[in-house]
Amino acid sequence: MEPRVLVPLVLLAAVAAVPLALPASTLLLTLALAKGLAVLGIVVLLRAGQVSFGHALYFAAGAYVVAFLARAQQGGSAVLLVFAGVMAALLVGLVVGLFVVRYRYIFFGMLNLAFSMVLYSILEKFFFITGGSDGLRVPRPTILGIAMDRFVYENTLFYVTLVLAVLAAWLVHRYFRSPLGEALRALKSNETRLEYVGLSARGVLLVAYVISAGLAGLGGVLLALVQGHVTPELSYWVRSGEFVFIAILGGAASVAGPFVGAIVYELVRAYASAFAADVWQMILGGFLLVIILFASRGLVGLYDDLGKRVAPNRAVTGRRRPT
Amino acid sequence: MSDLLLLAVLDGLAYAALVFMVAVGLTLIFGVLRLLNVAHGSFYAIGAYTATSLILGLGAAGWSPWLAYPALVLSAVLVGALLGGLLERVLLRRVYAKEEVLTLLVTFAVFMILEDVQRLVWGVQPLFVDTPLRLLGTTQVGEVYYTAYQLMLLPATAVVVLIALRWYLRSTLQGRLIVAVAHDREAAMAMGINAQRVYLTTFVIGATLAALGGAMASPTTSLTPGIGTEMIVLSFAVVATAGLGQVEGAAVTAVLLGLGRSFAVYLYPEMQVLMPYLIMVVVLLFRPQGLFGVAETRKV
Amino acid sequence: MRTLLAATAALALVASSALAQTKPKEIVVGITTYLSGPASVFGVPGRDAADLLIEEINAKGGIGGVPVRPIYIDEGAGTENLLSEYRRVSQAENAAFTLAAISSGNCNALVPVAEDLKQPNIMWDCGTQQIFEEKRYRYSFRTQANATPEMVATVLYLLQAKPDFKTIAVVNQDYAWGRDSWNIFSNALKALKPDVRVVAEMFPKFGAPDYSTEITRLSALRPDVILSTSWGGDLDTFVRQAAARGLLKQSTFVLPLAESSLQRLGDTLPEGVIVGARGDHWFLHPAVEDAARHKAFIDKYKAKTGSYPIYPVYHMAQAIAAMQAGFDKAIKAANGAWPTREQLADAMKGLEFRGLTRTVRLREDNQGLEDQLLGTTKRVGEYPFAVLDQMKLYPAELVTTPVGQKSEEWVKTLDKGLPTNAKIQTFSYKQ
Repeated sequence: MEPRVLVPLVLLAAVAAVPLALPASTLLLTLALAKGLAVLGIVVLLRAGQVSFGHALYFAAGAYVVAFLARAQQGGSAVLLVFAGVMAALLVGLVVGLFVVRYRYIFFGMLNLAFSMVLYSILEKFFFITGGSDGLRVPRPTILGIAMDRFVYENTLFYVTLVLAVLAAWLVHRYFRSPLGEALRALKSNETRLEYVGLSARGVLLVAYVISAGLAGLGGVLLALVQGHVTPELSYWVRSGEFVFIAILGGAASVAGPFVGAIVYELVRAYASAFAADVWQMILGGFLLVIILFASRGLVGLYDDLGKRVAPNRAVTGRRRPT
Repeated sequence: MSDLLLLAVLDGLAYAALVFMVAVGLTLIFGVLRLLNVAHGSFYAIGAYTATSLILGLGAAGWSPWLAYPALVLSAVLVGALLGGLLERVLLRRVYAKEEVLTLLVTFAVFMILEDVQRLVWGVQPLFVDTPLRLLGTTQVGEVYYTAYQLMLLPATAVVVLIALRWYLRSTLQGRLIVAVAHDREAAMAMGINAQRVYLTTFVIGATLAALGGAMASPTTSLTPGIGTEMIVLSFAVVATAGLGQVEGAAVTAVLLGLGRSFAVYLYPEMQVLMPYLIMVVVLLFRPQGLFGVAETRKV
Repeated sequence: MRTLLAATAALALVASSALAQTKPKEIVVGITTYLSGPASVFGVPGRDAADLLIEEINAKGGIGGVPVRPIYIDEGAGTENLLSEYRRVSQAENAAFTLAAISSGNCNALVPVAEDLKQPNIMWDCGTQQIFEEKRYRYSFRTQANATPEMVATVLYLLQAKPDFKTIAVVNQDYAWGRDSWNIFSNALKALKPDVRVVAEMFPKFGAPDYSTEITRLSALRPDVILSTSWGGDLDTFVRQAAARGLLKQSTFVLPLAESSLQRLGDTLPEGVIVGARGDHWFLHPAVEDAARHKAFIDKYKAKTGSYPIYPVYHMAQAIAAMQAGFDKAIKAANGAWPTREQLADAMKGLEFRGLTRTVRLREDNQGLEDQLLGTTKRVGEYPFAVLDQMKLYPAELVTTPVGQKSEEWVKTLDKGLPTNAKIQTFSYKQ
C-alpha cells in the first residue's frame, strides 16, 4: 500500500485504539472529534471563501436541544437526541442562512457573529429556562435501548463519534467533488461568473451553509452527550474563533485537517493547562502564527509537503509518473 | 418616571464613552488597513493594567495623587506606541498580502498570546486602584449621587477624543493621508503616499485609543484576566452596526448601544446582555453596511 | 464488541479494587478552588489553608501513615476545563477524595459526575441547598451549612436589628447561589414579616466588573435594606462602587457573605452593616470549642499569608477534618486493609468532626449541621478594617431544613417567634 494511504490509515487505527491503550484520553479525544465536526463545517464555508465567526451558534443549538430533551425525559434515547439536535441545527441554519447568504466576507462573518452572540445572551440571562451561566446537566440517555454505565457509555460514544467523523469527512469530500461543491470554489474566485453560468450564488452558498450548520450542530450534540453538561459559553465568540483557528491549524484544504487540528489543539490545551496553566494560550497562539506565516496550508499541508519531499516521483494523484 | 429616564440616560452615556474609545480605534484600523483587529481587546486590557501599575508606582513613590490623571494618558500612549507599533511592524506587515481570514486569525493568535502575557505579568488575582475615581468625589443629580469621574470625566474624554480625531483626520496632513489610503490604497500609493507609514500610524493611533479606554476604565473596576474578551466583542458590535471605518458613526452607535443596555437594566434586566447584539442583528439585516456605512459597489 | 468492552470493564474494576486494598504511596486529594479571576481573592485563601493543614497532617505522619498530596483545580478556568481536569484527577491520579467545589454552579455540575465515578467528594464551600434536597447521594458530603440556615439566620438577625424596615432590594450574582439564596431569603422574610415590599431584584452576571447602573437604580429607589449574597471580588467591587456613590449611607446593607471581604475592604466598609460569616467563621469568634488550637492556627495562617483567616479557610479546615475523620473511621473498619472508595464513602455517613470552631455533624442526607454567626460592623482602633459587634449565634437545628423537606416550602412555615428564640446566643465585640 502506498504511504499516502497507509499513513492516514495507521493514524486512524491509532486513534481507534485509544480506549484500549490510553483509556484516560478517551473523553478528550471524543470532545476533540466533536469539535472537529464543527471545524469541518467551517472548512466547507472556507471553500467558498467565506468565514463564519458565529458557528458556535449551531454548536450550542445542537448541544442545548439535546440538553432540554434529555432533561425532559430523564435520559431518553441517544439516537433520537442526535437526530433532534442535528435537525434543530439544520433548521436554524436554514433560517439564518436565508438572511446571511446575501452577504459576503466581513459582513458575512459579522452577521454570523451577531446571531451567535444573541443566542449566547439568551442562554446566559434567562436563568430559569436555560440554567444561566451555570448551564444544564445532561442526563445520560440509553443507546439503542441499552442503559449503560459510564465506562461503556463513554467508549461507545467515542466509537460513534469516530465513525461519524470519518463518515462526515468522506461525505464532505464527495460533496466537494460534486457540481454543487465545485461551484463553491467558483464562489470564492469569481461569483459573477457563476451567475453567468446560470447557478444562483446564494443558492449554492445556502446549501453549503446549511450543511456546515448541521455539522456544527452534530458536534455540539456529541459534546453534550459525552460531557454531560452544557453552558452558554458554547455559543460565545471565542469558541467560534477557536473553530476557525483549528481550521487553519489543521489545514483548510483537506477534510482530514479539521480533525487533525482539533486533536492537536485539545491535547495541547488539556496537558498544557494541567501543568502550565498560564501558557497554553501562548503556545497555541504562537503555533498558529508559525503556521500562518510559514505553512499556511496547516498541519495537513505540512504533511503533504513532507510526503512530496520524501517521494518526489509521485505526482499529486499518487500515480507513478512514467520515468 | 422621567427621573428614571434621565438616570438611565446618564448611566448609558458613561458606559458608551468607554465603548466608543475602544470601538473608534477598531473602526479606524479597519477603515485603513482592512484588518479586523481582535487583539484590540488586549490593548484595552493591557492599557488598564499598565495604568494601574503606574498609579500604584506613583503612590509607592509618594508623588502627588493628581499625577494619576496624566498617568492614565501616559499608559495609553506607551501601550499604543510600543505594543501597537511593535505588533504592526514585526507581524502584521508580513500578513497584509494574505487572505482576510488569515490576517484576522493572526490578530486572534496575538490576542491569545497577550491574554497569557497579562496573566504572567500581572497575575490572576484582581487588581484594584481607584485613586483617580476617589479624588474627584461625587456629584448629585436629583437624589442620586454619581462619581464625577464616571459622570463627567469619562464622557468628556470621549468627546475630546472624537473632536480631536475629527480635526486630525480632516485638518492635518497626516490625517488626510490616512483618509486617502483608507479610500483607495492603490491610488494613494500611485500618488506617492507612503502607505506603509500610514498603516503604522493608524495602527498605533487605534491601539492607543483602545489602551486609553482601558486606562480610563481601570479606576472604576477591579482588573482580572479576561476583561478584554467582553470589550472586544462589544466593540465589534458597535463597529459593525455603525459601519466599518465610520468615526462619527461609531460615536452615535456607542451611545445607542449604551442607552439600549442601560434601559434594559431598568426595564427588562434579562435583556441587558442581549441588547447590543440584537441591535446589531437588526441593523445588519436591513443595512449590512451599517447605519452610516457606504455600500461598497461590487467590483467585477 | 459490547461483550469485549464489558469484560474489559469488569476486569478493570476488579483490578482497581484489588489494588486499592494495599496501602498506597500517597493519598491524592483533588481540590477545586478559584485560583484566577475575581473569585480568586476567595479561593486562594482556601488553597493556602489546605496547604497549611495538609502540611500539619503530613508532619504527623500523614493519614494512616500515608502522606497526603493535594492537586488544585482552578474553577476559574471555565466549566469545560473544570470537568475534564476533575475527571483526570479522579481517574488518572486516582484521587482518594475530591473537595469540590466553591461555586454552587460547579457543585451542581460535579456532584453527579462524582457519583458516577464513585468518587468520595466533599462539597467544601458551595451553598446551594438543592443538591441534597432533590436526590440522595452516596459519594458526596457537605461539611458546612447551605443557603437555608444561612439565609434564615440572616432574616432572623435583620428582624431583630431593624424590626421596622419597609422596603428591601436585592443585588445577587446571577447563578445558582444568587438565585437560590434569594429564593430562601424572600420566602422566609415573607413568612416572618409579610408587609415588607421588594422594590427591586437585580441579578448582575457573576464576575461583572461594573455595577454602576444597578447602583443608580438603588440610589433612586432608596430601599431601607439592600441585600446582597455576593462574595469574593464581586462583593468587593460592588461595595467599593456603592461606597463611592454614597449608597452605603442611604440604605442598610445586609451582606451575609461579607466576612470574607472585611479585611480587603478595610476603610470602605462603614459601621452598621449587617455581615454574615456563612457558618460561624470569624477569627474573633467568641465561643469556639478549642480556643488554643484556633489561636495557633490563626497565627500560623497570618505568618504565611499576612492576613487573618476568612470563612473559606474555615470551610477548608472543616472539609479536611472530615476527610481525616472519615479515613480514620474507614481504616479502623477495614481491619488492616486499605479502604476502598466505597468503604470511604460509607465511613463518612453520620460523621462528626470539628474544623476550627465548633463540632459539625453530618445528617443522614449527608448535609452538615453548622451554627450560624452574624454581626454588625464596628470600627475599632485595633484593626484597620471593620470587625463584628452585636453578634448572634444561631444553633443549626433552629434554622436548617429538616431532612426530607424542601427548603422553599419549609421556610414558609417558620414561626413568627423564631427571632427571639432563647437558644440564640448574643455576644459583643471583645478585644
